[in-house]
Amino acid sequence: MNEIKEKLLKPSKETHQDQIGHLISLVCIGFIGILVVAILFFITTKGLATFTTNHVSVIDFFAKSDWSPSQKGPNGKPEVGALAMIVTSFAVTLLSAILATPFAIAMALFMTEIAPKRGQKILQPVIELLVGIPSVVYGFIGLMVLIPMVRTVFGGTGSGILPATIVLFVMVLPTITSMSVDALKAVPRDYRSAALSLGATRWQMMYKVVLRAATPGILTAMIFGMARAFGEALAVQMVIGNAVLMPTSLTSPTATLTSQLTTQMGNTIMGTLPNNALWTLALVLLVMSLVFNVIVKLIGKRSAFKK
Amino acid sequence: MTQPDYNLDQHQIIVPPGEIALETKDVNVFYGKKQATFDTSLAFPRFKISALIGASGSGKSTFLRCLNRMNDGVATVTGAIMYRDVNINQKKLNVYVLRKNIGMVFQHPNPFAKTIRENIQFALKKHGVKDQTVLDQRVEQSLRAAALWDEVKDKLDTSALELSGGQAQRLCIARSIAMQPDILLLDEPASALDPISTAKIEETLLELKQKYTIIIVTHNMQQAARVSDYTAFFHLGHVMEYKKTADIFTRPQVKATEDYISGNFG
Repeated sequence: MNEIKEKLLKPSKETHQDQIGHLISLVCIGFIGILVVAILFFITTKGLATFTTNHVSVIDFFAKSDWSPSQKGPNGKPEVGALAMIVTSFAVTLLSAILATPFAIAMALFMTEIAPKRGQKILQPVIELLVGIPSVVYGFIGLMVLIPMVRTVFGGTGSGILPATIVLFVMVLPTITSMSVDALKAVPRDYRSAALSLGATRWQMMYKVVLRAATPGILTAMIFGMARAFGEALAVQMVIGNAVLMPTSLTSPTATLTSQLTTQMGNTIMGTLPNNALWTLALVLLVMSLVFNVIVKLIGKRSAFKK
Repeated sequence: MTQPDYNLDQHQIIVPPGEIALETKDVNVFYGKKQATFDTSLAFPRFKISALIGASGSGKSTFLRCLNRMNDGVATVTGAIMYRDVNINQKKLNVYVLRKNIGMVFQHPNPFAKTIRENIQFALKKHGVKDQTVLDQRVEQSLRAAALWDEVKDKLDTSALELSGGQAQRLCIARSIAMQPDILLLDEPASALDPISTAKIEETLLELKQKYTIIIVTHNMQQAARVSDYTAFFHLGHVMEYKKTADIFTRPQVKATEDYISGNFG
């Protein structure tokens, strides 16, 4: 009797293991936490320097589209207006996500509802392959195939939002598809049985019940796809034209936040306005990815069922 | 049927005679700010079956989960739970030793995706039993005790997932008693099973009470009446009545208990 009493109150090998495991995870989390805070702090201070040390007006930055931070403009000051890049970034992101989502949902439905076995066998590897292709290869194909095509059909240089959208469409498609598949798979089997038992057709079951139940998950998939499109630099840079101009059509050369960063980052000196201005672009990208994350969290809260 | 407001302070709780295996004193459970049970003070006698009955959400399962600290990290539990003169509701308690001594079986059969033999040996091995003959003995003993031996003795190395619901639940009971615990906690062990499997589980419980103290949560009042020696009736987190099962079912003294037993609310 007393033996058990003693054992109950004494730490054992298991409780020690608990404490050690706890400690190890705390150290790891602490390290990652410090890293994240350091990155945030660095980008924020650097990005805000454009406004604090170089006295560029915040309104001008977001409302003007003249970008020449290394030269003095007509008013005697360098011009730092990022509106054209922001607009282009959002345009390619939204267009590619809107274009890719219907295809992604169709593929996800095929893989989960219509032909799960064939879907798993054929489409799954296809999607994984699409994810695995490096972005420079997508960009290269875009440059060599898409741009000449666009040039022939629409005239002009051939670069711009349209080829960028098409390249990004292929790049975000696997992300949205595989996450939509997860969302559809998370819909309880009972929902399908319940719908079918009430006399619903397979299409009604999929469209009215399964898709509705999976909507938050599919929206999340879309947001993740958009986050990927928004952040993609290399492939976009190869087809967008890289001229910081407000896009006048889908085929006029322009630039995104990321493409401007990749093309200019080697040409500036740390601490100068052109360099700080690039950091400000990075800050905008960072803030946008935070916004995407917050949206995903909000959608997750409204999810119809717990995963 | 609307539910009348019963006087929650009017209750009848006895202290059973004989040796007490586990006793709670003023146990309160909080989920965040929401209080789930109120000042629950019950004494569970050794080698008897005690049943906890009550409607859904009355706090009986929540209370049961306090008894081997399964509410850690889920809910806040205040009050004292005395086991072998130790308050087990304290921070420095070694919960692993406690759970070895107070086993639990859940509502849905939850065998591991391992063979029947491995299911039973899993916890034993983790608690340092290495001798193969001891391990084999425990497998047979506990399967016999759970009245499952005859059905599975020829397929101990097949996956436990192939068992029927009733068999799987008896395997879970066997898995718990292989640890040779003192007390067995059962959370609606038969509610997902058919009547034949239920009857077998009940038989098993009546066998097991020779050696174990059993506390069972059940929705099924007939089940409580059939197997238990003592019954506690939970209503909105309060224990309204706790006494010998025969007394509570034939002569309930509290209005809420009487209404519940006769099916006048629910």
